Amino acid sequence: MIKLEGGFVANLGKVYGLYTLGFLGFVILMGILEAAGVENTIIGWMFVAFTVAIYALIGILSRTMESDQYYVAGREVPAVYNGMATAADWMSGASFIAMAGGIYLKGYPYMAFLVGWTGGYVLVASLIAPYLRKFGAYTVPDFIGTRYGGNLARFCAVFILVIASFTYVTAQINGTGTVASRALQIPFELGVWIGLAGILFCSMLGGMRAVTWTQVAQYIVLIIAYLIPVFWMSNKLGYGLIPHFAQFEAVGRVQELEAQLGIGALMPTAEAQAAAGKLAALKVGINDASNNFMEKWKFFTLVLCMMAGTASLPHVLMRYFTTDSVRNARKSVGWSLLFICGLYLTAPALATFTKLSLLDPNVATSIIGKSFSEVSNLEWIQQWSNVGFLKVIDGNGDGIVQINEFFMRGDIVVLATPEMAGLPYVISGLVAAGGLAAAMSTADGLLLAIANALSHDLYYKIIDPKADTKTRLIVARIMLVLIGAAGAFVASLKLTSILGAVAWAFCFANSGLFFPLVLGVWWKRANRAGAIAGMVGGFGAGAWYLYMVQFAGMTPWMGIDGLRFGMIGMPVSLILMVVVSLMTEEPDAETQKMVDEIRIPSGKVVSDN
Amino acid sequence: MVDLMGGNFMSSKKEQHWSKTRSLTFTVLAVWAVIAFVIHWAGDALNSPAFPGAYFMAGMGSQIAFAILIFWFASRQNKIDEEFGLEEK
Repeated sequence: MIKLEGGFVANLGKVYGLYTLGFLGFVILMGILEAAGVENTIIGWMFVAFTVAIYALIGILSRTMESDQYYVAGREVPAVYNGMATAADWMSGASFIAMAGGIYLKGYPYMAFLVGWTGGYVLVASLIAPYLRKFGAYTVPDFIGTRYGGNLARFCAVFILVIASFTYVTAQINGTGTVASRALQIPFELGVWIGLAGILFCSMLGGMRAVTWTQVAQYIVLIIAYLIPVFWMSNKLGYGLIPHFAQFEAVGRVQELEAQLGIGALMPTAEAQAAAGKLAALKVGINDASNNFMEKWKFFTLVLCMMAGTASLPHVLMRYFTTDSVRNARKSVGWSLLFICGLYLTAPALATFTKLSLLDPNVATSIIGKSFSEVSNLEWIQQWSNVGFLKVIDGNGDGIVQINEFFMRGDIVVLATPEMAGLPYVISGLVAAGGLAAAMSTADGLLLAIANALSHDLYYKIIDPKADTKTRLIVARIMLVLIGAAGAFVASLKLTSILGAVAWAFCFANSGLFFPLVLGVWWKRANRAGAIAGMVGGFGAGAWYLYMVQFAGMTPWMGIDGLRFGMIGMPVSLILMVVVSLMTEEPDAETQKMVDEIRIPSGKVVSDN
Repeated sequence: MVDLMGGNFMSSKKEQHWSKTRSLTFTVLAVWAVIAFVIHWAGDALNSPAFPGAYFMAGMGSQIAFAILIFWFASRQNKIDEEFGLEEK
């Protein structure tokens, strides 16, 4: 395999084309087995086992003992494939499992995530990625450490990276646990550890090289799994061939139903909500867009925090270290966004068509307005109530299910849609495989980002600069296992919902890293003292604010809640960085020359790994 | 002496390259700010009985515009790099 590597990169189209056909063939085979009477549980197992086995195989085939291969995949990944890998790296369990459900339950305000998580790539392309590619670092703290000089700056960057990425990775391992436990009918805690084993298999032997090629494979699985049910539903409901175009007419129909069914007016009774616990009833319209200052402000702040977070999260930025040139790093950002759009443009359509399937009395699968006994006897209602994902509570005791009596977890919009819409079980198995791919690919990238920062920046650059390549790569792998185990342990405690933790990661990253990264390229005058002040102050202020609103009961200021604490951290970081830089000496001539070098694509990389 | 002149010539070429790069980046950021913030500030005003404009912009329009913007930026930046002979060879 190692000998074939040159041949492998040249033949990517063929390899992944065959792989895609093979996967589609597998899905069809499962469909045939289902029709032949094979049990659902077995089909679920086969989907998970087959896909995870392929990822693990790619991971093993891509093993390496070269540091360039381990840290940056040999810098030979073509722009399109790097875009695909970034899309998988980026689209987490939250994007796959929770996003459509969020749009379903929370409506327009939630769509700020869609705007923020895509627009951030404009910042990545124009402000950061090409310059970091030219710099030639192995890790993001490597850039901070070399640009500003000194172990303290490097250490601050490592610290923020670990906090932000670890917050994120527990959410992903949690996601693998949720999907694995559902598809395989095993306890959640066991699902978490099985998920971790799969994740480590993909990344441990081959580092970034292995993660790159598994992420491409995972993108293909997750996008197929996400698109098929939506296309199916759009056609089944008779709105048209392409759900992305058909959804606007469907939105109109949903809004008619909202008026009829009293959505937004009919609230759950206090007792029913208490009995439902964390499950939620549908309380807002599908397109109740902001019409006052506070709503607009909240949309704006969420978009801004998610964008700046996108441009500061190391597991995303480090993907652009692997392209073969600066030119392709830029282009690759565009490809990343296109591949991401494949899912993000579909999520609102999925939410809308799911609403129609459940609410529209003209559709056979609808449940609102039907009798209680009929609804409680539906197979999917029973199945998902058993695992605590939904609850139907007759709040007013009239024996009819109203909109304020159906409580659910957002996640089931994706996970249960196939069953809700009456699609065959093979589609449910496919969706489980897709959710697993999404969560695993993001967890891979995050674990690698953390482990590489600890092994390269903390161990090699700070603790033992004389360590040889072999020792460094062994340390990197030990870190990977330790961090993975720690993440799985925290995930098994189920501390927070998937999405809460994800939004926190973005705000930790933008509070601490956004301005040190951007100004490191764009402002020569930025110096070590300023960067350290910006990282410590920004991160500290953001973390303090999060603690105050989330745990100490402080009333959020100007609607800036735990999802948006970057609005506090970022300005503090910017102001401190500028003021402290200007109060202290300007960087030496060598550093300024280095900044000049990273601003032009030609010439050798700046870093000396 | 020759070295010094070469150096000056190089640095002024690099300065021009950077100044063009900078104005391209500011243009990109200005367009980005409109797509990301200004349009969505209109909120409900984008909706009409005929078409759910706010839903469209948040769920599809902005994303497509971002993607086009990035590809446009990449090709413009390539041209700037080539103009000053600073592209990768």
